[in-house]
Amino acid sequence: MSLDPITLVANLGMALVTWLTRITGYTVMRRFNPGGRLRAAMEALPPAILTAIIAPYALTTGPAEVIASALTILTALRFPVLAAIVVGTGSVVVLRMFLG
Amino acid sequence: MTQKSPSADIRAALTDISPMIAGAIPFAMVFGSIAAQKGLSPLEAVLMSATVYAGAAQFIAVDIWSNPVPVLTIVLTTLLVNLRHVLMGAALVPHLEPLRPWQRYYFVSIHTDESWAVALKRAQTKGLSPTYIMAMTLPFYVQWPLATLVGAVIGNQVGDPARFGFDFVFTAVFIALVTGFWKAQRQTAVIAVSVIAALITREFIPGVWYIFIGGVAGTVTGALLWKPSVDDAGEAT
Repeated sequence: MSLDPITLVANLGMALVTWLTRITGYTVMRRFNPGGRLRAAMEALPPAILTAIIAPYALTTGPAEVIASALTILTALRFPVLAAIVVGTGSVVVLRMFLG
Repeated sequence: MTQKSPSADIRAALTDISPMIAGAIPFAMVFGSIAAQKGLSPLEAVLMSATVYAGAAQFIAVDIWSNPVPVLTIVLTTLLVNLRHVLMGAALVPHLEPLRPWQRYYFVSIHTDESWAVALKRAQTKGLSPTYIMAMTLPFYVQWPLATLVGAVIGNQVGDPARFGFDFVFTAVFIALVTGFWKAQRQTAVIAVSVIAALITREFIPGVWYIFIGGVAGTVTGALLWKPSVDDAGEAT
């Protein structure tokens, strides 16, 4: 079990900047009491960023992922999240066998 | 305020986070395996998972890892990859009120894409309790360095997560959560603009800027579509 000093420095640097990104938005926005337009922005933020995280992967990886994503949406419209996960991952495995 | 028993909160937390754990473990193992191939010791790989605790940044870091270690490049890249957490932390503000200050900063300090999304979903329906937050975040935290250790030790024998669709769990969860947001708030334009902005950004800008830019584009869309209503009369001028 070795621990290289330079590796440790890089590691701790990564940990520090990651922690700063995690606490900055919360700490700064807590001081405001958002109303009106700013509140509308804060309400749009969660779906906006969730969408941005997955959209390129879901839409540009291949036909199997696109179809499985559509099936996930259809399931999630009527059933709990867990059902949508099962349908999504199950269908992607099957679809990849046929679509490559 | 509804009365909630701690055990019900624990059960709900474990139910909500378990698919995320199933999705994350294979990736932590792959990370451990890649880190080992890059010359990191199991201790170093586990330490990174335990202290950085951010999957995307860790994968990119070991990808650009070389000898001598480009410390500054790695740290700055980590900062860019994790910029989205600034937005995500901001979105938590209205939901952490039921928690004590140390509990708020505990969750904010440890949140990931997964636990953030799970917390927001819970906040929309039942509200967040300290018990729920603890029971949801602790198992999700512990699995990451543990599975990293397994991957670092067994090395090359770690299989491809795509084989059993594990790589799609994360995507399926997030699609289901976005669908839930859409059902509740019908933010069709916000979601559409985020999709388009993310796709265009990823096409033209390398790295993970598409997350930040797509998120900002959707957020700005939400702000632009806002119209003063009777509810906001007190604040509107």
